[in-house]
Amino acid sequence: MQDAKNLNEYRKQCAESLGNEFLRSALDNFAVAYRTSRKNAFEGFDVDTLIDEIADLKDASLEQLDALYEQFKTNAEAAGVTVHYAKDADEANAIINRIATETGTKKVIKSKSMTAEETLLNHALEDEGIEVTETDLGEWIIQLRHEGPSHMVMPAIHLSRYQVRDLFTEVTGTEQGDDIEKLVKVARRELRQKFVEADMGITGANFAVAETGSIGLVTNEGNARLTTTLPRVHVALMGIDKLLPTLSDALKILKVLTRNATSQQITSYVTWVTGANESANTESGKKDIHFVMLDNGRREMAADPLFSQVFRCVRCGACANVCPVYRLVGGHKMGHIYIGAIGLILSYFFHGPESARNLVQNCINCEACKDICAGGIDLPRLIKAVHARIQDDEGHPLPSLLLGKMLRNRKLFHTLLRTAKWAQKPVADQDGFLRYLPMMFFKQHDFKVLPAIADKPFRDRWAEIRPEIQNPRFKVGLFSGCVQDFVYPEQMEAAVELFKDHEVDMVFPMQQSCCGLPLQMMGEMKASRDVALQNLRAFEKESVDYIITLCASCASHLKNNYPELLKDDHQLAGKVKDFTSKVIDLSSFVHDVLQVKEEDFLGDGKKVTYHSPCHLCRGLGVHEAPKNLMKRAGMDYIEAADEEVCCGFGGTYSAKFPELSEQLLKNKLDNVEATGAELLLTDCPGCVMQLRGGLAKRGSTIQVAHTIEALTARKKKK
Amino acid sequence: MTESVEVAQQDQSVRDLFIDKARAAAARVVEVSDFDQAIDYALDLCANRGACRLKVSGCEEHLSDTAEALCETKIGKIIAAPGFEKESYQRIEQRFKEAGFGCIEKGMRNQLAGVDIGFTRADFGIAETGTLVLNCPSEELRLATMVCEYHVCILESSKIFNDAQALEKQLNQFMGNGPDYTAFITGPSRTADIERVLTIGVHGPLELHILLMED
Repeated sequence: MQDAKNLNEYRKQCAESLGNEFLRSALDNFAVAYRTSRKNAFEGFDVDTLIDEIADLKDASLEQLDALYEQFKTNAEAAGVTVHYAKDADEANAIINRIATETGTKKVIKSKSMTAEETLLNHALEDEGIEVTETDLGEWIIQLRHEGPSHMVMPAIHLSRYQVRDLFTEVTGTEQGDDIEKLVKVARRELRQKFVEADMGITGANFAVAETGSIGLVTNEGNARLTTTLPRVHVALMGIDKLLPTLSDALKILKVLTRNATSQQITSYVTWVTGANESANTESGKKDIHFVMLDNGRREMAADPLFSQVFRCVRCGACANVCPVYRLVGGHKMGHIYIGAIGLILSYFFHGPESARNLVQNCINCEACKDICAGGIDLPRLIKAVHARIQDDEGHPLPSLLLGKMLRNRKLFHTLLRTAKWAQKPVADQDGFLRYLPMMFFKQHDFKVLPAIADKPFRDRWAEIRPEIQNPRFKVGLFSGCVQDFVYPEQMEAAVELFKDHEVDMVFPMQQSCCGLPLQMMGEMKASRDVALQNLRAFEKESVDYIITLCASCASHLKNNYPELLKDDHQLAGKVKDFTSKVIDLSSFVHDVLQVKEEDFLGDGKKVTYHSPCHLCRGLGVHEAPKNLMKRAGMDYIEAADEEVCCGFGGTYSAKFPELSEQLLKNKLDNVEATGAELLLTDCPGCVMQLRGGLAKRGSTIQVAHTIEALTARKKKK
Repeated sequence: MTESVEVAQQDQSVRDLFIDKARAAAARVVEVSDFDQAIDYALDLCANRGACRLKVSGCEEHLSDTAEALCETKIGKIIAAPGFEKESYQRIEQRFKEAGFGCIEKGMRNQLAGVDIGFTRADFGIAETGTLVLNCPSEELRLATMVCEYHVCILESSKIFNDAQALEKQLNQFMGNGPDYTAFITGPSRTADIERVLTIGVHGPLELHILLMED
């Protein structure tokens, strides 16, 4: 459980986790294995369609939540279950304690339930003198260690067999070895005894089916079957978000849940419990069953037009499985009780803003979670929205406010950038790298060298270099983004040169400014919206076929986030649609629209590898275009491991969490160096900055360039 | 005529898919021609292939005194076969007792240390995942499939459906009429909670044997 008092303390805690070698290698191995095994588990399925179906059916369930609850309650009670409603965690725990008292319960066994973790149920029961034993192996281990889970599905993934050996030695009072199979058998026998003794079994539920009043439990170990069978009392605690109209809905979710969670076609056991089942150890011959339905912030979430999509979460935990930050720091640093991307959001609603304040800032916005989510939840957006809300409620930190104020005023911002060029002069190296940085951008960046502000920004060069095109095939608007305008204008110029050869007429509207993504990252939503509007206005006068940007992050932000940012102004809707539909990234434009061919280039067979920017591969769904282009331009492309994993830049993220950014960069560069390539290409100036700075710091000879620079350098002269 | 041939072919592919997927989930699938052959299989597993032991698995490890004490309550080698019609159970009981093994169809709560074999019959099979569907509102049946060391389960080929969706009607019949307990069982009990190492038999059976019976 993450409990840092402020961001600085949290940063330190995260940096400490980097030193945990066992954790790091366990999570690395898992991240790599998961990618392949998930793919195999979904073989033959149309994953996108399945995810859409889940999103639709969960949205539809939410719309009729009250009716579903009534139907579920009626049907469950008709079959002999008592259904309770708890508005918050305390109320849920009080209900369960009351049931325990009424049934004379002294000993409880539990099968895994995140909802019970959420309410801290074990503590509440123990405070009343009840012995509680978790029976999921991982949960039992962390319970014995007095820890919270570090993953929603694999709660003890942070622990080694040696730690488990020592723990079991203590618990059994007899020496244990470190053979995992034997340790599992010890747990089998120790817990079997607990099952036999227990008065009450507590479970969660993966599904609550209104049509029949049944619950569904998804487990591998089989402990849920014993928990729901042996004790005379069964209590199932579940969020109201588990309600579904029909079994058919539950089966659809099941198809994705296990494949996404553990890459299994299905778990060993799926158990459907309906009504007061047979029990040989009660007088009535029937089990005493209670379903406790928990709100605890869920209704508040449901009523919110933006956050209601969180109801689609099926708790598969996949958002942690693919999160590059989770992979570095583990679940205890990447969650309060719920872990991973969804955990950052749920913490805010279930446990209050203080539990989420630091966490939400630790999202690098790479969109890996959004890409894998079983319910198609736009997790990164919601994380930023939580951040913005906390800032709106508690006050914006000064740097964030200043950034907002500055970026809203394009002239002021650009003047500052120009001034920074002079401020940096005395410290800029001969090679164009800067040791001490423009203060408004970065601090604590000694792990990479940073570029200097260019002598002349692209906008000042434009009038001189704008080519005259006689019979243009296309007319395009160039959106440079801040970094290419002021730091890497040569990348823009390379594009102009190539486009000219293909009869592309270009305009560069001078009123364009920062895309606004850094503001969104800092939780400055209002400023982000203002900047979006400025950019929309800057391009509306130009009738262009495409709006091209060489920055994948700008492209993805312009295309995907502008409609959301500007949705409140209905009069703008048409213009926004027109704008966003024209936005295209460099590689897609050159590959799909210009359709360059091998004969356009002089191939040199240079060994080249690629870093796929998060906002290109996931933000825009572009995977193959840049690689095809490299091959067409005659380069020898070699794929690096983790090609689509974040380089650690993340805009302002790398300034907030430099230690984590550094580690992500290190992993990336290790993979790049392992290919033996001489040239590393990517489609984002932010990534270029991060990668080039990191390689320079290492003293590597590998060159880094934007894809367009490599293409233009190899094009045949016209 | 053409139509029935097509149906037969489809059945064959569904059946093959079931076998593949069940095996992929670490279940053992064998074909038996009739009920007697199914009993033979279970008996052979018990007598010759070491399924039946004096001590159940884990009891040889270093345990706490209370866990050890539960181990001691298991007496002899025993098969539990609840849920069969009277005549079928009698055949099972007769064969097992002749071979010198214990055989019960009820009283599972007295056997919580474990039984060697749980011998049952599945209601349906799901090909897409290699899953057995057992409707088990009977506590005896539930416990027999959970506290056994090896679970041996008969599945009639005609009861294999392509996916769970195709079984919705039947499942709703189970679940829509008062108290019910229905289990999907796919392979043996497993965990990967220690260092993500796949380990079989944490709470439930160490092995799942599916006896596919033509009908």
